[in-house]
Amino acid sequence: MLVDDLRGLWAITLKDLRTYYLKPPNISWGILFPFAFVLAFAIRNTGDACSLVPGLLALTVLFATTSMEAIVIVFERRIGALERLLLAPLRLWALLAGKLLGGIVFGLTVALVVLVVALAAYGTGGVSWPLLVLTLLLSAAAFAALGALASVAVSEVFEAQTLANFVRFPMMFLGGVFVPVQDLPRGLQVVARFLPLTYAVEALRIALVGGQLGQAGLHLAILAAFAAALFVLALRILAWRLA
Amino acid sequence: MNEAILVSQLTKIYPAAKGKAPVRAVDGINFAVREGEVFGFLGPNGAGKTTTIRMLTGLSRPTAGRACVLGLDLARDVARIKKCIGVVPEVPNLYDELSAFGNLVFAMQLYGVPRAALSARAEALLARFRLSEKRDTPFARLSRGMKRSLTIAVALAHRPPLVFLDEPTTGLDVLSARSLRRTISTLRDEGVTVFLTTHYLGEAERLCDRVALLVGGRIVALDTVEGLKARVQQPPTVEVTLAAADGAVETRRLPTDGDVVAAVRQALAEAEGRAVLDVHTVRPTLEDVFVQLTGLSAEVMLAEKGGKG
Repeated sequence: MLVDDLRGLWAITLKDLRTYYLKPPNISWGILFPFAFVLAFAIRNTGDACSLVPGLLALTVLFATTSMEAIVIVFERRIGALERLLLAPLRLWALLAGKLLGGIVFGLTVALVVLVVALAAYGTGGVSWPLLVLTLLLSAAAFAALGALASVAVSEVFEAQTLANFVRFPMMFLGGVFVPVQDLPRGLQVVARFLPLTYAVEALRIALVGGQLGQAGLHLAILAAFAAALFVLALRILAWRLA
Repeated sequence: MNEAILVSQLTKIYPAAKGKAPVRAVDGINFAVREGEVFGFLGPNGAGKTTTIRMLTGLSRPTAGRACVLGLDLARDVARIKKCIGVVPEVPNLYDELSAFGNLVFAMQLYGVPRAALSARAEALLARFRLSEKRDTPFARLSRGMKRSLTIAVALAHRPPLVFLDEPTTGLDVLSARSLRRTISTLRDEGVTVFLTTHYLGEAERLCDRVALLVGGRIVALDTVEGLKARVQQPPTVEVTLAAADGAVETRRLPTDGDVVAAVRQALAEAEGRAVLDVHTVRPTLEDVFVQLTGLSAEVMLAEKGGKG
């Protein structure tokens, strides 16, 4: 049974990468959008552009994983293709995990491009590679689950896009990408602590620039909790919608 | 002969929408489908055909009742059942951007067909359904008939012993529909059990070993086509085709009380010297059975789908 689940999961991942993710508009959206934002910010604040790299990386993972993830399930429900997957001999968690894995692989691939550019510009000294890899993996998982949640929570593709943007854009400004969380007003600092992007940015900052590893471990644990909780919530909503 | 499907008191009630009563889509139906037969499930729109298929294929949970598919309990073994069945939905739902070949391979991967066999089996299916030339064409760019053929090919890709076909010829042109009917006959010859829902009475008459008539979520009759026809207490009709003066033809139908010869004599007497082009008897059709047993007109079946059988 588990073998069937895993085989189906992987088949869905490969199919989604081929049919949805690896398309020029999607790749450019995943890379250009965060670049444009950070570039605009860096031009206006010419100080320490290097400090924007963790935020740029986290933002890239967020937008690359959720760009399609947020609409792919609702889209397939609308065209009936999801039903074909539901007829296959795999459990619902495997189906959803297959969808998530496509977003994760794409998000990490795009992040790799940004990472190479950033490291070429600022050097690789002081980078904690294991922490960097773990943070990118868990961030991608949490963001993909967030995208899936948006996709299963609504009935129309445009609703999913709206919902995803409703979450992504405030997160972009509150998650410590442009302004450190501690510099935000106290009320917004509390809100920031409920956003996965905050922990992704902070853990990436420690991985790239340095900092307390214990603190990074806590951020990773919170990211893992976000990923698990959002996945379970998305799974429950999907099961309820299909019942 | 073993039963491929055994259904007992199967019921599906959809919860009440705002201000409306719950909908009893399938109402305690019982039937058995024998291995290797083509079993027709006939009824007008809203009769419960698709809901029944959705329950038997694990897409929808029954509200009550029990079903065994290929000897496996639907409530306990749905994943194993899914592995052994193929489903062709009424609306083809393959991936528009994948090619014909890509859709076949993806379907086989989902069902765990060994990697070494994928390519050869996909090519063989494309050849069988005359789609080899469209191997690399995206699904979205295939004709409607080709889309339906590919959907059937995908349903057969993992070689299931039981196939559900939901209104497979709806919306197809005459040639495509005929080709699909041939495919269904071939499946029976190969020993595959076919569960066929259709609202085309003629199609069911030609293809099905046994037929269940479903109206309002209930089975009102279940028998072989000949068995159903025998239930209709209706003597044959004589149909006479006459040549008209302007070169056209005129067809007359004369009811009999069982004496066909008397009816033929009457028809010839009424021919008034015109050439008689054809005389034959017309026996009750499945359409007559449907009308008599359901109280509905046969047009109800076609009008709601907007097609011709």
